[in-house]
Amino acid sequence: MKYSCRLPAKEVKLILILDLMKWYRIKALIIRHLYLYPRSFPRIMDVLFWPVLELLVWGFLSAYLEKLNLENINLVSILLGAIIFWTFLNRSQEAVTVAFLEDVWEKNLLNLFVTPIRISEFLFSTVILGLVRIVTAGAILGVIALVLYHFSIFQFGIYTVPFILSLLLFGWILGLFITAVILRFGTSAQVLAFGFIFLIQPFSAVFYPVSALPVAVQGIAYLLPSTYVFEGMRAVIATGTLPLNYLAFSFGINAMYLIIVLFFFYAMFRKVKERGLLLKLD
Amino acid sequence: MKAIIEVRHLVKKFKKAIAVNDLSFDVEEGTITGLLGPNGAGKTTTIQMLLDLITPTSGSIKLFGLDMATHREEILNQVNFSSPYVSLPGNLKVRENLYTFARLYGVKDIKGKINELVDYFDIRDLLPKMTSTLSTGQLTRLNLTKAMLNDPKVLLLDEPTSSLDPDIADRTRKLLKRIQKERGITILYTSHNMEEIEELCDRVIFIQKGKFRDDGVPSELIKKYGHTDLNEVFLQIAREGGEINSNS
Ligand SMILES: Nc1ncnc2c1ncn2[C@@H]1O[C@H](COP(=O)(O)OP(=O)(O)OP(=O)(O)O)[C@@H](O)[C@H]1O
Ligand SMILES: [Mg+2]
Repeated sequence: MKYSCRLPAKEVKLILILDLMKWYRIKALIIRHLYLYPRSFPRIMDVLFWPVLELLVWGFLSAYLEKLNLENINLVSILLGAIIFWTFLNRSQEAVTVAFLEDVWEKNLLNLFVTPIRISEFLFSTVILGLVRIVTAGAILGVIALVLYHFSIFQFGIYTVPFILSLLLFGWILGLFITAVILRFGTSAQVLAFGFIFLIQPFSAVFYPVSALPVAVQGIAYLLPSTYVFEGMRAVIATGTLPLNYLAFSFGINAMYLIIVLFFFYAMFRKVKERGLLLKLD
Repeated sequence: MKAIIEVRHLVKKFKKAIAVNDLSFDVEEGTITGLLGPNGAGKTTTIQMLLDLITPTSGSIKLFGLDMATHREEILNQVNFSSPYVSLPGNLKVRENLYTFARLYGVKDIKGKINELVDYFDIRDLLPKMTSTLSTGQLTRLNLTKAMLNDPKVLLLDEPTSSLDPDIADRTRKLLKRIQKERGITILYTSHNMEEIEELCDRVIFIQKGKFRDDGVPSELIKKYGHTDLNEVFLQIAREGGEINSNS
């Protein structure tokens, strides 16, 4: 399998903050991960099979519930919208963490960091890799939902794109946070890679509105950028319009967390180099 | 001769131990230099600091006259590293691994470089294989191939022959000698095999408990300490240093 990643190098370079990052090194890392996919069934399952399976389970459940309750006309939209958007968040986080863990599992981390690679390049490659995975999974989910349940993720119109972007960004932030924790505290923390997101789920108001949560924890819900996306999605379904402050809050909180998590990651990496833990990580 | 690595008053304190304690030494360009010392002497820690994988507590490291603290990228572009405790991803093919690292080092003519090196290290037939299926000897050659991709001026090797059978270890030594001779590469490496060190090294540096003990040409050190081989010199220096590693 050959990958000739022909992205417009000049334009990409411009984005990379005045060439502080080297595109060829980012590309190298991305291709390193892409090599694995065509021949690894578990990895293909990870991108395609599990999300599809989840969609099917929830899709049939909601189709069934809809028949039971004739008044509740938007149940399919609400549940399928929720599950598809949830997948974006979940998989975006996982893409970042797993890409990092692959190199830990294969004891390749030292090899990577004795090359002149920068942390920023390392992180940027995980962003792109996550995007590739999500776009693939998202396209397939979208088609299946449309064919089986006549549900279109674009029923949210122009809001679909910022919704998805916000979730990808939050997923990336969570992924970075988990990666930093694993880096610092070792692979005993790797359960977080697959479990941490489910700590977020109950508070993100994915399948029910924030008002359904006990008052005491509603405050937590409003600290999560994802909450505003799911609330917004339901608002669009119910009223056809989106309170724009939802989007603003979502991106504002994301921006805040992004800054915090980048500081956290760099601080952890510094700590790891001080304690000589890079070499001990396996 | 010109010093290509300059270490000055290097200190590394971990929470419970001082791994490197005011260590200073030079490595001269084009030589094979052995970094020797008992278990826990601080060899691995020193090598990791030379690669900026561990941050020194104090002291300075210069390669090519450049300070590691400020010129990491420039330095690492001209350095490479290999050790049995690091491996290339087993779930990638040999070719894919070599391409990945060639890209990471920004090699201009990737195909040409890999072609040249796989012939040099005689691993052409391994290219389509999965890395996980290679034998230890094959892996050693692959790791050395990886380590040569960026035409390094300095090669740091941590116990490169430690898990090899006598035959493969001997071939690896010959390869290292050849790399140094034909390509003029400076090699700093650690090993516990004193015969090997005697055979390979132009110079050795003894450290113990993170401190510099002695250095010199192996044959001269043997004379200086009045022994017949380097093994005895090692034992004497290690034991003179007070408690031996096992009770330190
Ligand atoms: N990450 C770390 N955290 C705490 N202590 C460490 C760490 N790495 C090394 N040490 C300690 O520092 C000292 C030097 O270790 P180092 O691995 O550098 O020795 P070495 O000379 O390579 O030994 P060996 O011959 O066994 O490989 C040891 O006492 C070791 O326990
Ligand atoms: Mg060691």
